[in-house]
Amino acid sequence: MFIDLHTYLGLSAMLFVIGVAGVLVRRNVIIVFMCIELMLNSVNLTLAAFSSYLGDQTGQVLVFFVMAVAAAEAAVGLAIVIALFRNKKTVNIDEINILKW
Amino acid sequence: MTVESILFYLLGSVAVGTALGMILQRNPVMSALLLVANFFCIAGLYLTLQQQFLAVIQIVVYTGAIMVLVIFVIMLLNLGDEERLAERLTISKSLGLALVVGFLAELVYIIMFKNPASEFAQLHPDAARLGTVEGIGSALFGKFLFPFEATSVLLLVAVVGAVILAKKRV
Repeated sequence: MFIDLHTYLGLSAMLFVIGVAGVLVRRNVIIVFMCIELMLNSVNLTLAAFSSYLGDQTGQVLVFFVMAVAAAEAAVGLAIVIALFRNKKTVNIDEINILKW
Repeated sequence: MTVESILFYLLGSVAVGTALGMILQRNPVMSALLLVANFFCIAGLYLTLQQQFLAVIQIVVYTGAIMVLVIFVIMLLNLGDEERLAERLTISKSLGLALVVGFLAELVYIIMFKNPASEFAQLHPDAARLGTVEGIGSALFGKFLFPFEATSVLLLVAVVGAVILAKKRV
């Protein structure tokens, strides 16, 4: 029995939704950040699965670029977290509301 | 059951389990380690798709670079456990969770019941050839040369931005 494309898509939909739930529920900004990484990974899995099942390389190249952008995002995002912690002494997103209103 | 399908179900269930553990775990270091386990599972899933290059890059970039950075920042900020969440389940959060469940139902409906499944029952015969370093390299330095070079500029800008943001005074 072979695994078909839809099983991969279902798995990555589950991982993506877990990431969305984590972003909505958690209050530690670093864990929210890790949930975003999880969502990026689930989309990468979708692209890779399509690439393998269609025999087209564009999906894999796109995964490569997503990884490069994720690395850049990690560096900048964690620098923002450090700067924020230095000024507000918290990483709780309920208390970081200076951009609100 | 072939070896591929056993591996797929094993890695997929461990991936979902570690992802759930990550969002339910209150200690940030533990959830970072669970996310590392999840990334290893996804690397294994790339191998079941016959994409060797992506599997190696997944381990090197995600678990080797990004998660080390995340754990380093957690240690630097000396974060403890989050306070209990139970009493803080507000209306907006429960509405958000309801929307998440609806979103999952929608995705599963579209994926499982709205697509003609027959032509995607197994991997394309070229998949193993396309997933090697040679295959990816010829695509990156051929058709995708300009985006590849633009990525280097993006990484340079990110490095400069990270240094400036994290510095005490510029």
